[in-house]
Amino acid sequence: MLSIQNLHASIEDKKILNGIDLQINAGEVHAIMGPNGSGKSTLASVLAGRNDYEVTYGSVEFDGVDLLEMSPEERAREGLFLAFQYPIEIPGVSTTNFIKTAVNETRKHRGLEPLDAVAFLKLMKERMKLVKIDQSLLSRSLNEGFSGGEKKRNEIFQMAMLEPKLAILDETDSGLDIDALRIVADGVNTLKRADNAVLLITHYQRLLDYIVPDFVHVLYNGRIVKSGGKELALELEERGYDFIKQEVAEEV
Amino acid sequence: MSEMIETLEQTALSDYKYGFVTDIEADEAPLGLNEDIIRFISQKKCEPEWMLKWRLKAFRYWLSIEDKEPTWANISYPKIDYQNIRYYSAPKQKIAPGSLDEIDPELRKTFDKLGISLNEQNRLSGIAVDAVIDSVSIGTTFKAQLAEQGIIFCSITEAIQHHPDLVKKYMGSVVPMTDNYFAALNSAVFTDGSFCYIPKGVRCPMELSTYFRINAENTGQFERTLLVADEGAYVSYLEGCTAPMRDENQLHAAVVELVALDSAEIKYSTVQNWYPGDKEGKGGIYNFVTKRGICGANAKISWTQVETGSAITWKYPSVILKGDNAVGEFYSVAVTNNFQQADTGTKMLHVGKNTRSRIVSKGISAGRSNNSYRGLVQVGKNAHHSRNFSQCDSLLLGDKCGAHTFPYIETKNSTSIVEHEATTSKIGEDQIFYCNQRGIDTETAIALIINGFAKEVMNQLPMEFAVEAQKLLAISLEGSVG
Ligand SMILES: Nc1ncnc2c1ncn2[C@@H]1O[C@H](COP(=O)(O)OP(=O)(O)O)[C@@H](O)[C@H]1O
Ligand SMILES: [Mg+2]
Repeated sequence: MLSIQNLHASIEDKKILNGIDLQINAGEVHAIMGPNGSGKSTLASVLAGRNDYEVTYGSVEFDGVDLLEMSPEERAREGLFLAFQYPIEIPGVSTTNFIKTAVNETRKHRGLEPLDAVAFLKLMKERMKLVKIDQSLLSRSLNEGFSGGEKKRNEIFQMAMLEPKLAILDETDSGLDIDALRIVADGVNTLKRADNAVLLITHYQRLLDYIVPDFVHVLYNGRIVKSGGKELALELEERGYDFIKQEVAEEV
Repeated sequence: MSEMIETLEQTALSDYKYGFVTDIEADEAPLGLNEDIIRFISQKKCEPEWMLKWRLKAFRYWLSIEDKEPTWANISYPKIDYQNIRYYSAPKQKIAPGSLDEIDPELRKTFDKLGISLNEQNRLSGIAVDAVIDSVSIGTTFKAQLAEQGIIFCSITEAIQHHPDLVKKYMGSVVPMTDNYFAALNSAVFTDGSFCYIPKGVRCPMELSTYFRINAENTGQFERTLLVADEGAYVSYLEGCTAPMRDENQLHAAVVELVALDSAEIKYSTVQNWYPGDKEGKGGIYNFVTKRGICGANAKISWTQVETGSAITWKYPSVILKGDNAVGEFYSVAVTNNFQQADTGTKMLHVGKNTRSRIVSKGISAGRSNNSYRGLVQVGKNAHHSRNFSQCDSLLLGDKCGAHTFPYIETKNSTSIVEHEATTSKIGEDQIFYCNQRGIDTETAIALIINGFAKEVMNQLPMEFAVEAQKLLAISLEGSVG
């Protein structure tokens, strides 16, 4: 589904990604872990098409097409979803109206009729249950004055509405208490199917107790320095990132 | 600088779809302004002597202040040559068509193109229209039906001829001819406009509206509108305006007076879409307008304006809250793009006790434009327990435009409360990217954000026009983003 080859990216001439290789197939859950500043969010942003970042080398294929050639909105309509580490506030635009626009733009792209108010509301009601989000929250301005947890839940709710092929969740777990974490994880698990995939970006092993990854990768200094199964997360939890840093230092 | 900001600044103005010129033979005054021109206008309008005298008085006053064009507004433009303007231009046809069927087909087509049908059968029910092209009104729909309830809705020219007592009593009573430079000029040379009178206790059963269209070249438009709602009456009124695209600037200096007698209510909505000039700032309408209403006891006047057009806008719809418990409202969305300049706001003058006013101003600036809110809230010494609330929000697209807020508050009464809130925000790249990431393209994202920002004002518009106005907002900003 997603094939990243030797990806290099920089911002304002500062090199951040230094050769990422990653292969994600349909049905898989991958986790990317790594210390602060290692480039996790940068990778997510580059994949989503944020144009502050310059891809200096490498290629990314998404479902067999060149992802880097597409505009951010095309990527989204093709089924790439990013749950933001810091969701953005848009005053004056109700969450419902925003999501409705998003859903219908995506439908238009796929040659489907837009959902009318009734059908949309029905879909919304159904998906709201998945993340136990409240109707009153959705009638408020998008993310404005939402608590940290509400913002994250709203991201997963949008994911549920848009049903992406590939969902990238950037530290969706941080800032969530244990109950909220469980709700979010349950939501993600329910949405998991054989024909979609998830890329979890996280700091902590905690989330991976609930969403069990097939593969764990460690990102450090803009490169994937170690990959393994879910045990790798536990090892990291136990030993911290220092041993990775040490290993990397020894290799050089 | 990132690409998003650059595209924000590309500000290629979308095609102004109302920019066509209708080829109609016109009956015109020569260029220039003097007493003879005023006599010419008055004669063309078959006016009684008292009207001519009134005009001449205004003209003499204007002459005395001719070099004192106001300079306090936050706008700049080359000096206007008042002798190089044509003060009267009428489509050549019978001045007052006997019925709507007699309107010149070319003129009818013009209004059809603007989406305004003068054919009563084809009209959306519930809206009566007075259509003004250049200096004359060419027809008013639903007149007979309105007359059944005693409602007078006609051109001001007709009102001067047929309802002189009402006109004499109220014209100049809210905006005196000496009020300001442009009001004086208008009082001298006004050509047409709408007149409306709603009798005591009558609720006008349909929206009334006037469409103004400048067509002829080098022509100024000076319309005069007078609305009187007698005690306990109600009316909702809408004006719309468009003009052809021309390279030279054209002057529009209107006066609108509203009189809401005790317990009456007037809701006045404007969708102003005069030609704004091209993306280099060439051409466009100079819009210098004086709009004011006066409220008797328990009366209410509400101004709603959506301003997207004009090269320059100088306009402060105001309310004099004279009677006790009177209510004044001002809801405004002003959009400026490219080189447009807007200095607009309101005055709320609290005179009576327990008077209330509410100001909601939303300024949106893009391109290299400048958008200023200027508002005065004045509470007189007898206006006990009065209240004002003002909310002025500015939204910037890109970083070459400007937003300014000039609130003036003068209170002479300690039992009254005046509150002012202001915010300035920018459509951020983060917001656009967030929308993009959900499959929403930048153009749609901007429209979503703009409409969200302006919602409180748009909600005030009559339903039929709200959708139109929303589209207009999006169109005015089209091309100001990637
Ligand atoms: N807009 C930016 N300008 C300059 N440096 C940036 C910018 N965004 C991220 N960086 C830098 O890139 C590196 C990686 O950041 P990020 O991808 O956010 O890391 P992570 O998500 O792994 O914590 C950090 O050193 C950070 O300071
Ligand atoms: Mg991060």
